[in-house]
Amino acid sequence: MSEFFDFLGRRYDDLIEVGLEHMYLVGISVLLSTAIGVFIGVTTYRTERPREIALAVTGSFLTIPSFALFILMIPIMGIGAPPVIVALTMYGLLPVVRNTITGLREVDQATVESAKGMGMGRTQRLVRIELPLAWPVIVTGVRVTALVLVGIAAVGAIVDGPGYGTFIFDGLARVGSPAAINLVVSGMLGVIVVAILFDTLLAVLGKLTTSRGIQ
Amino acid sequence: MTEQTSTASSAATAPGRTMIKLEGLGKQYPKEPKPAVDNLTLEIPEGEIVILVGPSGCGKTTTMKMINRIIEPTSGRIILDGEDVTKADPDQLRRKIGYVIQQIGLFPHMTIAQNIATVPKLLGWDAKKIDARIDELLQTVSMAPETYRNRYPKQLSGGQRQRVGVARALSGDPAVMLMDEPFGAIDPITRDRLQNEFLRLQAEVRKTIVFVTHDIDEAIKMGDRIAILQEGSRIAQYDTPEQILTAPANDFVADFIGRGASLKRLNLSRVRDIQLSQWPTVQLGEQPSRVLDVLRASDKGFALVLDEQRKPRRWVSAPDLQRDENRPLDQIGLAPEAIVEPQATLNDALNELITANYSVAIVVNASGEYQGIVDIDSITEAIRTMRTDARARARVGLDEDDTVDEAAQVGR
Repeated sequence: MSEFFDFLGRRYDDLIEVGLEHMYLVGISVLLSTAIGVFIGVTTYRTERPREIALAVTGSFLTIPSFALFILMIPIMGIGAPPVIVALTMYGLLPVVRNTITGLREVDQATVESAKGMGMGRTQRLVRIELPLAWPVIVTGVRVTALVLVGIAAVGAIVDGPGYGTFIFDGLARVGSPAAINLVVSGMLGVIVVAILFDTLLAVLGKLTTSRGIQ
Repeated sequence: MTEQTSTASSAATAPGRTMIKLEGLGKQYPKEPKPAVDNLTLEIPEGEIVILVGPSGCGKTTTMKMINRIIEPTSGRIILDGEDVTKADPDQLRRKIGYVIQQIGLFPHMTIAQNIATVPKLLGWDAKKIDARIDELLQTVSMAPETYRNRYPKQLSGGQRQRVGVARALSGDPAVMLMDEPFGAIDPITRDRLQNEFLRLQAEVRKTIVFVTHDIDEAIKMGDRIAILQEGSRIAQYDTPEQILTAPANDFVADFIGRGASLKRLNLSRVRDIQLSQWPTVQLGEQPSRVLDVLRASDKGFALVLDEQRKPRRWVSAPDLQRDENRPLDQIGLAPEAIVEPQATLNDALNELITANYSVAIVVNASGEYQGIVDIDSITEAIRTMRTDARARARVGLDEDDTVDEAAQVGR
């Protein structure tokens, strides 16, 4: 055990740097997933067919094994961070799209009708009434996305992506040596810490951006 | 509307300028065999509350929602204040029309102030004017601005939310308001209070209001004019509450009003509108023998004692006088009860006189001076008069509109 703490002490700077990279990678992907996912949700929630297609397509992304997807990205995007970000964004879409659609559809129709009756146009209704009311549900979706992506991001090391995955793959390459366990365990713990940080951050952010009237 | 102006009662019922005119308005939903609203023509006078009432599914809500084009009509025209708005920009149109729905539909994520500010903001008012308007409206609906401005809808009671809903609908100072069962989701006691408050408010603001309800009693209470609608939004009768109650146009209307129409009618007439009966009266301090003379001269068994200010003091009968010969008049007989003022409704008067000792209600003016008496005969007489008047008025309309029907009426 003490040997593990020695390892952490020795690689301290490394662990922090890799952690920041991991957060950066996930942060960018969550942002992209949220932007694209909310857009897809907003454009499809009203009508049944497009809505079902949006959910089916983004859902099918999640069924592709991450290992395979990362490798498939190499011919198109090469190696490093970009293919990882694209793949993560794809994985992150479903929770955002699903919660955006659910949230918007759950908005009380009487509220929307009175907005319409007061002379708010379609865009105004969406921006000023529907999205703010659906926001808590959307934020929940974003939090799920963040948790999923923090885990999958580690696999991105297979295409030379940054983050705690590098520790885990290093460990994998040295199975049998005493350093292997230390590398894998510290990579895993790092992922957990990043996940907790993201979730806390998004919870606070969600609370700050949700009206007190609906909390 | 010529039939209204040509009758004797024109002063009370003559409509003003037409504010909303629906011309052959129709709504046919695809795949439905019958139209929801079938060729409806209706004129709504400025400054009045017009109630659309009818059984569920009669198309009353659809009709109302076509006025601000929440539902688009499939045929006909909507003329608002002389302007054809059937094809106008619906958002611009709606900003000029206040809208209150049963669920109120306050925006839960906005404060009360932000809710009320919605339409003024859309109309592009400056912040200062909007601020002043919010305070003014909250005061109008009896809610202290400093307490409620920054609250959220969830922090209010049902009645308060309803008030804010009305304030919000008034915010852009629209000439027209549409109200869809606005008091429907509120407990009966609060509803009664809110209805009275709203009528007081309307007396000040004089908006043209289209009000939908399924409750005939609410219609009678709130309406200057009531349109009773049948399936397909066909008008069974469009008239004042008084006319509808005393002269229902057909069996559908009579059924819809239900039993007790005459009793409901008593709520709409006031003591000042009817001929008061006179009664033997004597001055306080009069000699008992004089009082007996007065009693003998009349067919009533008891006389009303009035003091110097002509305020009723006592009921005295012949036996009272004989029993207590030497006592002053205000110490014998019975204390007067059932005292009503001229603005009391006949219903109030009836209630009073039924429980009173001599089955009469004493009418006094605001300073308490004796004016006359209402007894059960005056009330039945009033009901009879109302009925004849209403029939006459209904017939005048028929004379001018439809000579074929007139023949039928004469035949009856």
